[in-house]
Amino acid sequence: MLRFALTRLISLTLSLLAASVVIFAVIEVIPGDPAAYMLGLNADPDAVAALRDTLGLNGSLGARYLDWISGMLRGDFGQSYTYRVPVAELVGQRLWVSLPLAGYALALSTLIAVPVGLWAAARRGGPVDFGVMGATQLGIAVPNFWFAMLLVLVFAVKLHWFSAGGFPGWEDGLFAGIKALTLPAVALALPQAAILARVMRSALIETLGQDYIRSARAKGLTRGQAIRRHAFRNALIPVLTILGLQFSFLIAGAIIIENVFFLPGLGRLIFQAITQRDLIVVESVVMLLVFAVICVTFLVDLAYAAVDPRLRRR
Amino acid sequence: MMGRAQLIVGGVLSAGFVLAAALSLVWVPHDVAALNIAERLRPPGGAYLLGTDQFGRDLVSMLMVGARSSIAVALVAVGIGMGVGVPLGLLAAAHRGGLLDEIVMRANDLIFAFPALVIAILITAVFGPSALNAILAIGIFNIPVFARVTRGGALSLWTLDYILAARVAGKGAARISVEHILPNIANLLIVQGTIQFSLGILAEAGLSYLGLGAQPPTPSWGRMLAEAQTMIYTAPRLAILPGLAIVLMVLGLNLMGDGLRDALDPRLRRVAR
Repeated sequence: MLRFALTRLISLTLSLLAASVVIFAVIEVIPGDPAAYMLGLNADPDAVAALRDTLGLNGSLGARYLDWISGMLRGDFGQSYTYRVPVAELVGQRLWVSLPLAGYALALSTLIAVPVGLWAAARRGGPVDFGVMGATQLGIAVPNFWFAMLLVLVFAVKLHWFSAGGFPGWEDGLFAGIKALTLPAVALALPQAAILARVMRSALIETLGQDYIRSARAKGLTRGQAIRRHAFRNALIPVLTILGLQFSFLIAGAIIIENVFFLPGLGRLIFQAITQRDLIVVESVVMLLVFAVICVTFLVDLAYAAVDPRLRRR
Repeated sequence: MMGRAQLIVGGVLSAGFVLAAALSLVWVPHDVAALNIAERLRPPGGAYLLGTDQFGRDLVSMLMVGARSSIAVALVAVGIGMGVGVPLGLLAAAHRGGLLDEIVMRANDLIFAFPALVIAILITAVFGPSALNAILAIGIFNIPVFARVTRGGALSLWTLDYILAARVAGKGAARISVEHILPNIANLLIVQGTIQFSLGILAEAGLSYLGLGAQPPTPSWGRMLAEAQTMIYTAPRLAILPGLAIVLMVLGLNLMGDGLRDALDPRLRRVAR
């Protein structure tokens, strides 16, 4: 297990290095001077020169890359050009919206998908299964931002149960914060839940066909007991993989959803940074997001190996 | 049985949108470039089947032209993914276990670490928003998907006797890949292509909703939704119809993909995805 973890850790480091080179290179290939790009067309040459200096653009390519990376490792993500505060500080504030939103959505989608998938698998071929499969097929086809707009239309415009957007901050109390995140979390969660429920269903159906389930039934367990004691745990393995994969979709989804609901999270930060040409923020936040995705993949791999010893030898 | 019904429903839905998009090249009920404030926010009916938007543009015409942008972006993105991913996958499978295989697969993992939207954001940050950049972003994201499917399909084929026979006959790895492996994984690629096509439609809608896709005045479903968001109190119809178009198109493609999978390869029929 330790050896497996170590090899995965080396490949994680290599991926991170490669990702950082790619991101750095993309920002570097900007046609022309990044400082001039950030300041716009009518910039004063002196201001551009000053910005070049503050950004450290006068150093060599390699030195700048090392600078950026060693800064990131020390928690220094550079200074936002538009906000005039350290990027790390901005990210720190925004994380308090984005992380709870992601966690809320992930919890919702798991809580919906696992029972629904189980239910459909247990009633395979029946009307319940048919209904669930139809509903999930529809759920996959619905763009989450449009679903978000429909939620606003029904629950904010018509019923006035929730506000159409914005975030009061956690200072107003836990309840107000959670309430503001509810519609966004539902909008993020349902399309994910549709995919997850399908995976749960097919994984369970596959497991139920295995020999050890037949043995369990033969030794006298009822179908329900066999599912609870043996099939469910084994079927969770592919579900775990998909949950890990969905993290990256969740991040992408959050970028859109935060914009629909005007939530001050990382997604909105990166989007605003683009429109304001704040390349430092774009570069660092993209790196952080990719870092998060790669780390989650790593953790899922480890969890996977911990659950299923067969996977350690690879 | 189910597969046949899915294939028909999905095929009809998808074909409907493709036809509407194609028709929009030569004819639309009303010009979408002309703003007509006198006719703004007309309810459905009369000369305007689905009514008009806040600029007096006919919604039916907008949806038809929007279908064109969506389909064009998704189609070219699938082309990029297949064009680059399939040769890479074949290459990796031909050199399975070797250094080349390792490099190709690790590069794939790397692209997978960037969510499509993040790729799009990076590209947009550098080159500015445009339909072309949306195509690139979605296309790049498609590459590892096709590479993986191709490699997986090809790997199982390389162990078969008829490939061994081809090698004994003196054919090289490249020729075997093209002449024997590719035709036999075509089914897989067609099915994956349909899935990626539908994902491309969704991604294009998301990007253009954020303003990172096709730029005004080109109508696109995503931007129609973005513009409708401010009108949601006065004209919810504007926020509902383009979304419905996206859902029906994606649903059609997904059903068609499932149906095709069942029709093309009965071995894959076991459990639906």
